[in-house]
Amino acid sequence: MKKLLTITASVLASLSISFNVLASENGVHLDHADTDINDQKSLQNGAQLFMDYCSGCHSISFMRYNRIAKDLNISNADVKKNLMFSGSKLGDKVVSSMTEKGAETWFGTTPPDLSLVARSKGTDWIYTYLRSFYADKSRPFGVNNKVLVNASMPDVLWELKKNKSAEDFNQDVRDVTNFLDYVGEPAKLVRVDLGYKVMGFLFILLILAYLMKKEYWKDVKYGNWRAKD
Amino acid sequence: MDNNKNWIDQRFPLTKVWNEHLAEYYTPRNFNFWYFFGSLAMLVLVMQIVTGIFLTMHFKPDAVNAFASVEYIMRDVDWGWLIRYLHSTGASAFFIVIYLHMYRGLLYGSYKSPRELIWILGMILYIALMAEAFMGYVLPWGQMSYWGAQVIISLFGSVPFIGPDLLVWILGDYAVGDPALNRFFSLHVIALPLILVVLVFLHIVALHTVGSNNPDGVEIKKNKDKNGIPKDGIPFHPYYSVKDIVGVVVFLMLFSAVVFFAPALNGYFLEHANFIEANPLKTPDHIAPLWYLTPFYSVLRAIPPMFGSQFPGVVGMFAALLILLALPWLDRSKVKSIRYRSYPYKIALGVFVVSFITLGWLGMEPVTPVNAILARVFTILYFGFFILMPWFTSIGKTKQVPERVTE
Repeated sequence: MKKLLTITASVLASLSISFNVLASENGVHLDHADTDINDQKSLQNGAQLFMDYCSGCHSISFMRYNRIAKDLNISNADVKKNLMFSGSKLGDKVVSSMTEKGAETWFGTTPPDLSLVARSKGTDWIYTYLRSFYADKSRPFGVNNKVLVNASMPDVLWELKKNKSAEDFNQDVRDVTNFLDYVGEPAKLVRVDLGYKVMGFLFILLILAYLMKKEYWKDVKYGNWRAKD
Repeated sequence: MDNNKNWIDQRFPLTKVWNEHLAEYYTPRNFNFWYFFGSLAMLVLVMQIVTGIFLTMHFKPDAVNAFASVEYIMRDVDWGWLIRYLHSTGASAFFIVIYLHMYRGLLYGSYKSPRELIWILGMILYIALMAEAFMGYVLPWGQMSYWGAQVIISLFGSVPFIGPDLLVWILGDYAVGDPALNRFFSLHVIALPLILVVLVFLHIVALHTVGSNNPDGVEIKKNKDKNGIPKDGIPFHPYYSVKDIVGVVVFLMLFSAVVFFAPALNGYFLEHANFIEANPLKTPDHIAPLWYLTPFYSVLRAIPPMFGSQFPGVVGMFAALLILLALPWLDRSKVKSIRYRSYPYKIALGVFVVSFITLGWLGMEPVTPVNAILARVFTILYFGFFILMPWFTSIGKTKQVPERVTE
């Protein structure tokens, strides 16, 4: 048992050498997003903000409207009224109405699909990126970004930043980040919960399996397994 | 019941097989922690096949649709996310289990006579498993799938004379693309699994012919009672079957912890960049294969190009794998188990383990001047373990091996 613990400890220690922790490409420190996927209010607000400020240009094309409705506990009617602007149907995927040609003309590039941005870049990156715009006259939209230098994106949340307290603004960005984290992996809403149940089941099974082993191995211990047949 | 059994036994050796391989297959009584990994490897193989069958039902082996079809599995297929995570975590778990299984062989000299063939079959299995895992990792068609494949497959292009033609023959195109994805899919779901299953069968037949080694490296068949049963042997079933169940449950707990709480394991089991669809026009800054292939990737990078060709590195990488096959004949020691080995061997094994792990770590890191030197040093140490083995296994004082197993 002691050996087993030593081995487990050494494996865990070697895993914590973090060669692969997500960081921004240019070494800018990323603030901790501190999102909570179980915070439904935050997810709902994030969905609303995403649809209002992001979905004009960015698709989340692996996500369907009715799945958002179901997972975030929003009625279909409310989704239709508040979240759908592009004349799509409930079962459709969330695709921006911007054409590729238009995007090329306006931004010089196509805004990326954000379905998996939380998985490829991480929530800390999104949270920090959205809060890192600064005025820069040399850029087409008059802003630049500390995290993604020379980003083609305008500071779409500037209005919120101007009108809200720093705390409320950070919370809004956190909510959008949280929503994108959910969009990156909708299964996360059920995965962890199920995990605890599975671990509980396995723990009980472990006790039973161990007792069964101990019972059988009494034969071996007392050298009389042959007496059985 | 007995009638049914007789009916079958007259037509198929059911009772005979059951007895020979389970109920009357005598196994050393002193197996320890390291002996769980054979049965666990079999468990993971079965799990990969079963989850793979369900993934194949929904996956599209097509450069345009592959990436989206994986996300379709993750979102729209009932329990698809679980099946996919079981499969992706299973791939890494397979290598963890196999590496521990192989290390057990090194610890207790399980490859030594009369078990050379078991070792060789196991090594071929290991190489086939690496091919299987590599092809599987290409299928989701993310950036790392694509660029990892590009790097690894381009190695074949460095073969003198036939390289470029060989490359086109493998890829069915001039670069990794739809034809490559399609044939990797075929190899991943049919050819290599068949080879793996056949090799596992042969590995076990060979094992059951000579019987298991044990932590003392004592041949239990040398000491039999008047019925011809090894005195230190116990029937595999029920004793080791019930013990292995405990191992299985502990394994499943660690495995489930990853599947449910950290399926990407911070980029170790599912790389972050693989959540971006393959883009042939955009090379990632840093391309690294998944952790289980990185020791050999390090060897590849450690050997400098010669005469303007990468080929020496490729030869070195394959040599690092194939040299393992010679192990039974490189080891000259009279004793099997680490418990009775001489100090030179114990030190060499320690250096080898450190080298292998360090090479694995370096293979995940970008090349820097310091890393390049480290990779060369540890590549030399890695090969040194094998090349110097005939020498360091024949010097030093070994301990007296007992007649019977201890504990």
